[in-house]
Order: sequence, then C-alpha cells, then structure tokens
Amino acid sequence: MTREFWVSVVVLVGLPVAAFIAHITGETYIINLLTRMIVLGLAGIGLNFALGYGGMVSFGHAAFFGLGAYVAGIAAFHAFDDSLIVSMPFELGGTNQMLLIWLIAIFLAAVLAFLIGLISLRTSGVYFIMITLAFAQMLYYFAISWPAYGGEDGLSIYLRNEFPGVQTDKAFSFFLLCFAILLLVLLLCWRFINARFGAALQGARMNALRLSSIGIAPFPVKLTAFVISAMIVALAGALYGELNGFVSPSNLSWHMSGELIIFVILGGVGRLVGPLIGAIVFVLLETYLGGLTDRWQFFLGLILLATVLFANGGIMGLIGGRTRHD
Amino acid sequence: MLLDVKNLTSHYGATQVLFGVDLSVEEGQIVALMGRNGMGKSTSIRAICGLNPVSSGQVSFVGTDISDLPSYKSARLGLGLVPEGRRCFANLSVSENLVATARSGPWTLEKIHALFPILKERASQMANTLSGGEQQMLAIGRALMTNPRLLILDEATEGLAPVIRNQIWAALKTLKDQGQAILLVDKSLREVMEIAQRCCILEKGQSVWSGPVSELTPDLQQRFLGV
Repeated sequence: MTREFWVSVVVLVGLPVAAFIAHITGETYIINLLTRMIVLGLAGIGLNFALGYGGMVSFGHAAFFGLGAYVAGIAAFHAFDDSLIVSMPFELGGTNQMLLIWLIAIFLAAVLAFLIGLISLRTSGVYFIMITLAFAQMLYYFAISWPAYGGEDGLSIYLRNEFPGVQTDKAFSFFLLCFAILLLVLLLCWRFINARFGAALQGARMNALRLSSIGIAPFPVKLTAFVISAMIVALAGALYGELNGFVSPSNLSWHMSGELIIFVILGGVGRLVGPLIGAIVFVLLETYLGGLTDRWQFFLGLILLATVLFANGGIMGLIGGRTRHD
Repeated sequence: MLLDVKNLTSHYGATQVLFGVDLSVEEGQIVALMGRNGMGKSTSIRAICGLNPVSSGQVSFVGTDISDLPSYKSARLGLGLVPEGRRCFANLSVSENLVATARSGPWTLEKIHALFPILKERASQMANTLSGGEQQMLAIGRALMTNPRLLILDEATEGLAPVIRNQIWAALKTLKDQGQAILLVDKSLREVMEIAQRCCILEKGQSVWSGPVSELTPDLQQRFLGV
C-alpha cells in the first residue's frame, strides 16, 4: 500500500470521527462545516475526473454544480407550495424525494455535458477553457434573468428534502448521507480509473495522436469522461443546495468554477482523494481565516502559489509522496 | 495482398516530401523499407497510418482504401504501428500500456510476457522508468496486443545497446516464424537482410528499387544505401 493510500484512509476516517465527536458534543455548526467539506470535495473529485485524468481543464463546471443545486431548489419549491413545474403538454409537479432529485440532476447534467462537450472538446488548451466558461456564463445569466425562480435573489429550500429512512433535517444524519455518497463516488471513480477506460483516458491526456495510432479514437473517450465528471459535480451541487437550504445564481458563476479548480490544484491534480483535501483546506481557511479578516482570499492566493511552486502534486503530493501523475 | 501502396505522395504543409512511393506487403511476409536518412521512410509510414495526409495515390489495406481514414480506423482494421522513438504512455504502468488498447485475438498478455519476459517483471512500473530497450519492447508488445494483421516497425532498434538489439531481432524472428506480416524500417542492413524477404528502397521520396532481398547486390547497396 502506498503512502497516498494511507493518507486517503486517514482523511476518510478522520472526517466521520470528527463529525461524531461534534455530534455527541452537540456542535451542529461543526457538523455542517464538515458536510460542506465533503460536498465541495465531492464536486472537486468530479472535476478532477475530467481535469486530472483526462487533461480537460474545464472552467465551466459551475454549470453542472448550479444545475444540480437548481434541480433540488426547483423541485422543493414546487413540492412546498404544491404547484406544477410544467402544466403543458403534461403535468409535472415538484418532489421532495432526494433520490428522484438526484437522478434528475444527474440525468440533466449528463445531457448538458454531452452537448457542451460535443462542441468544446473539438478545441483544446486555452480555447477549451474559454468555451466551457462561456457555456457556464450563459447558464448563469439565464438564471439571473428568470424571475420565476428568484432571479438574482436565488431560491430558498424551506424544508430539506427527504431520503427514505434518513432524518435529513438532522445535521449528523445528513452528514452521514453525504459521506456515504462520497465513498460510493470514490469507489466508482477508482474502478473507472483502473479499468481499461481509465488507461485510455490518461493516454488521451498524454498523447491523443499516439492513442489514435493504436486504434482508439480519443474524442469519445474524453467526451464520456467529461459527462461522468459533470454527473458527479451535479450530484454535489444538489447536495450543496440541500445543505445550505438555498440555491442562487452564484452556484453557477465563474467564481464557483474557479473554486472547484482550486480544490483540485490545492489537493493534487490526478489524485483520487486530492480534491477532498483541497476542499477541507479551503473550508478551514474560509471559516477560520475568514473570521479574522475579510481579505482571507489573499492568504488563499499565497497558499495556492506556494502549492503550485513548491508542492509537486498539491498537498497530496506533499504528504502522500510523488506518484505516477506528471 | 495485405498492404498495397501505389504512387503515394504527401506534403508537410506546402512542402512535398513524398513523390510516388510504391510498396506492397503480402500475408505473412516481412518487407523492409530502406533508404538513407531523410529519404521519406518515416513519412511513408506516417502517411500509411493516417498520421500524415495522403495528397494523392492509393493506400489499400486488406482490400479497403485507407488513404483518407483517420488513424484509429486504420489501426482497427489491423495496422499495428510501433512508432519511431518508442512512444509509450509515460505515466501509465507497463500493464496498463499493454491492456489499454488491446483487441481480442491470438495475442494475449501471457503471450507478450512469454515473448518479452522483462515486461512481466516490470508490469506495475511506470513506462517512463523503463530503459530504452524495455520501452521499445513495450511499444512492440502494445502494438501486438491490438492483434494487428500487419505490424509496422519504425526504427525499432535505433539507439539501443547491441545486446538489446539482438533480443529485439530474436523476438522479430519469433514473430516471423509465427507468420506475422511485418513492414519494417531499419538501418542495420545485416539483420534486415537476414529477416526480410523483400526490400523496397526510397530515394528523395520516391521508390527506386524493390525486389527480393537476395537480389540486393553490394552494388545496389553502395548505390542507394551508401554501405
């Protein structure tokens, strides 16, 4: 077992232990903070699938994050006042069932990512960055200018949606639910990366032409990875909406895309658990440094700079040792 | 006829580099593409594999015209390229390199390990930690794992230690005995003449001589290969 593996185990055991301690001491605030780390980490893991393994530096993953959040928000909004989302040509009401919301969020994100990927994956490098950003901004301005769901003010989820057998309004129960999803996604990602698909995806990142010359077309492989990545991020977005009880266009803005990239770079590009570590550090800085000064992002910038300059492979690279990733 | 190239021309941008290459490989045959440096051997191979655009002429492989096919499609038809300079996927492990592009057929991981036992020892190592010779074996193994009808080797023994070269030539002889068709570019004339049945010589981007290796007289060698 590598050092990276043990670092991952420590992080993945540490989070529920910390949450449990906070639970018995009644520190709901801490539990919500830990849940926030997990949900943002989950989004980072999703982005890392495209960025770290597939080499697709997407600056527009907030589109999928916000989409997931809005699915949760809109479904809850209509379930709350018992109105219809669509009345023509068929009747579609809201729902407060998380499972259904997640499925819809993941499905819509897959469709959206397929369309965005179909167009943007024909470019690469800085053009890919700009075109993904452009798509995300389109969604952002759409959300701002659509008054039915709050427009610029966002949309509140007054009652957290329901999951069979779990009291989702209890902080610790919701933490455990998110944590279970995180583990499941990590397991799936790990399987994907170590399967032939993962090898082909990384081959496409290293040299698409070489991959092509031995019989695999890089485009479908990258598109599939892009779609999977978006699905994970959308799931995280839906959970984020539930956690905050609030969704807003800021979930779709380019700041959000930037934060997702920061999680990945800070934690370790192409490291499975890296983005989770990145999100943990980010939330800690935001909470504790943000309590001291409003200019906390100045220090985040310094840390990010130091990470890029001195820690090859992010924080995971620093403590987990160098690995295979370039 | 497995591979049939007729009057192939190709350009790098505005510069024409191939002026009519003729080449054919039959089932089970080993053909050497020869010529001095800069005569268009690698370009011909790149054009055949769809890595360089074919400007005019015909490239047909197992009866299909592949001159306009993207490289992954001709690879799926059964062209197995071992590119010049050993291009493995540096940050994938040896076994991932082999398995990633594998297609079903007689060649399996076990058979590759039997052909190049060192690859079994190095299975979990990253490809960029291998020596040059081992990387070359990996590149050959990777191409074989796609179960190609025609294996194309571009400078497979260039820049390697004599011991390693001998191992690679021995492996190629094994492939020959199994009836694998091979198109090969190499500068070591002695080994090429031992293994190949036919030879095609390029000069300034044009085919100037082709025939059985036995007819490649010292005079011709002097004339076209400068040996």
